[in-house]
Amino acid sequence: MYRYDEYDQRIVDERVAQFADQTRRYFAGELSEDEFRPLRLQNGIYIQRHAPMLRIAVPYGNLDSRQLRMLGHIARRYDHGYAHVTTRHNIQFNWPKLEDVPEILGLLSSVQMHAIQTSGNCIRNVTSDPFAGVAADEIADPRPWCEILRQWSTFHPEFAFLPRKFKIAVNGAKQDRALIQAHDIGLDLVYNEAGELGFRVLVGGGLGRTPIIGAEVSAFVPWQQILNYCSAILRVYNLHGRRDNAYKARIKILVKALGVEEFARQVEAEFVHLKDGPSTLTQAEIDRVAGRFDDPVLEPLPQDAGYRAQLAENKAFAAWARRNVRAHQVQGYASVVLSLKPYGVAPGDLTAEQFDAIADLADRHAFGEVRNTHEQNVLLASVREADLFEVWQQARELGLATPNVGLLTDIISCPGGDFCALANAKSIPIANAIQDRFTDLDYLYDLGELELNISGCMNACGHHHVGHIGILGVDKNGQEFYQVTIGGSQGNQASLGKVIGPSFAAAEMPDVITSLINNYIDNRHEDERFIDTVRRIGIDSFKTRVYAERTARIEARETANV
Amino acid sequence: MSDIIKNGLIQPDDWQVLRLAEGEAAADVALPAGRIIVPLAVWQARRDELLPKAEAGVLGVWLAGDEDPFALEADLPALQLVAVDFPKFADGRGYSIATLLRTRLGYGGELRAIGDVLRDQFFFMLRCGFSVLQPSEGKYTTAQLEAALTSLKAFSNPYQGAVDVPEPLFRRQTRTPLQKDAA
Repeated sequence: MYRYDEYDQRIVDERVAQFADQTRRYFAGELSEDEFRPLRLQNGIYIQRHAPMLRIAVPYGNLDSRQLRMLGHIARRYDHGYAHVTTRHNIQFNWPKLEDVPEILGLLSSVQMHAIQTSGNCIRNVTSDPFAGVAADEIADPRPWCEILRQWSTFHPEFAFLPRKFKIAVNGAKQDRALIQAHDIGLDLVYNEAGELGFRVLVGGGLGRTPIIGAEVSAFVPWQQILNYCSAILRVYNLHGRRDNAYKARIKILVKALGVEEFARQVEAEFVHLKDGPSTLTQAEIDRVAGRFDDPVLEPLPQDAGYRAQLAENKAFAAWARRNVRAHQVQGYASVVLSLKPYGVAPGDLTAEQFDAIADLADRHAFGEVRNTHEQNVLLASVREADLFEVWQQARELGLATPNVGLLTDIISCPGGDFCALANAKSIPIANAIQDRFTDLDYLYDLGELELNISGCMNACGHHHVGHIGILGVDKNGQEFYQVTIGGSQGNQASLGKVIGPSFAAAEMPDVITSLINNYIDNRHEDERFIDTVRRIGIDSFKTRVYAERTARIEARETANV
Repeated sequence: MSDIIKNGLIQPDDWQVLRLAEGEAAADVALPAGRIIVPLAVWQARRDELLPKAEAGVLGVWLAGDEDPFALEADLPALQLVAVDFPKFADGRGYSIATLLRTRLGYGGELRAIGDVLRDQFFFMLRCGFSVLQPSEGKYTTAQLEAALTSLKAFSNPYQGAVDVPEPLFRRQTRTPLQKDAA
């Protein structure tokens, strides 16, 4: 965890005071609805279906036990006892009262948290790899860079009112787990041939209405220059991004309109003037920021014999370990994914009791630290192998040990029409209906890695474009329908899914997924994942199967009704 | 006559902002008497006529959000007042335009924010090099503006460098790593 110094704390405290005054002026009628909107948005407050929604920043997903307990407290005192983990590592409360928000922000500030720039047309929370600092395939730890970017982007005066929202993600591992190709700026930590550290810079990726995979604008920016280079990108965007149409205002549209080469040329033309300027980073600053992370110092441990014996003896434990336990940089340790996808619960939801219990679990077994993942699960980054059995037992009692991480039922889902005012359709009931259909764990293991993502509207908070199976809620004459894509993927080979055809009613969705799965089973090669089969044989046979079986179902029903 | 904020104080001000109405042309629009800030198009169309007024400090030029500040490059030494228009407060192009005027074009004269200038953006505007903030006439009472003066320093020590303070926090202050207990 990054620990605030006095400057970090003061900035957050000053923000709390500023927003309390703005809220007071809003209620006093001194600020119009239009004038207040960007102010509340930049403090994470949306006006939603039932109440304001408060989105709290969890910078690059890192949380500690004290913060978890505070979130639990806020859930109990100001909400209906639960919160939601978003696909950008953040935490959302669905029921706070606007007049309580300044007080909530004050409580958050007391545990080094805030809601700064979690919404609005500004630079949003920087996201990264939940396994940062512990991943076995790490090239460089992205967290200090994320923190440096967080500080630089916090109240950046030139970039506080951009044409549209702006998201930055940083990857530091061989396998991208930060979705950098689907961000406005994706930064990839790399070493050049001379052995110097820097960033490969992608720009203009994004999901939403117009999904686009980011394009490389620079193969290597030396780390010293990364803030200067990002400033150049943001300046070109701020000056030339479209402001006449919110749907065409993201940087990806500008990059497409100019062409990547022309865009890169304009960035370079700005960058030459910023290069080596005052914002150039120094080794001392990197060391200082890295030095404010209080990571546990882990000595390698011998492989734990007890753990191996328990794996051999207990089938359920072994199943959990296979799906929810990941390799760690340091021998004798592992990372544990707590699944927030038990059946019948809104994906990514946590109750106040679970916040407290996870805090206890983290204190006992994981050095007090947890991370949110963009798949909407929670990670204990460093757990001794010898503790895994106990962690599993406790997680099971908490309903957080569903052994389905990376499987079909580990569904990414936005809150959808049950909560969100933007949604065209509900997401959570669809997720739950699919989970209900596929409850047999052995069957799920046999299907292997399969990512199913659901968004309730084209804003794509549920990342449906990059799901192996993606489901998008659409509105047809006031009715909720669902469009299905297949072949999307996150990671190094990121790709956007293709639509298989006309959309479906909610009740059809489990059958549609069954048809897709059966077509995969009939066509797969040994050890081939769903996504790989789709890539090999294309989407046509899936399409044919889904619609043929759908017609057969309709005919069967009609026959039965005659 | 409207109130402006300059040097951290509320001051009365008699500069008039000339905006071309429908049907008015830059080349022949009538210029009101007194101190005026004209659109870039008027300046460009009538530069020879207006230059003495600019040099005398009674005429300034304003830029719209979609106008390139480099269009004024050659004229900046003669201008004592340049304004940047915020057509809507949420339109943030003016922040980059101001930054470019100060950092790249070396403009040292008065830089004025005009248009939809709201008190909750004062802090950002000052950081980007504006020296005068001019909310639209009647937008705030004097009492409200006085209350807003506190927001000029909403954040006592911002992280990043900008026009007002080019050095970022890590170059201005000694920030320390954690004091870690010896293991």
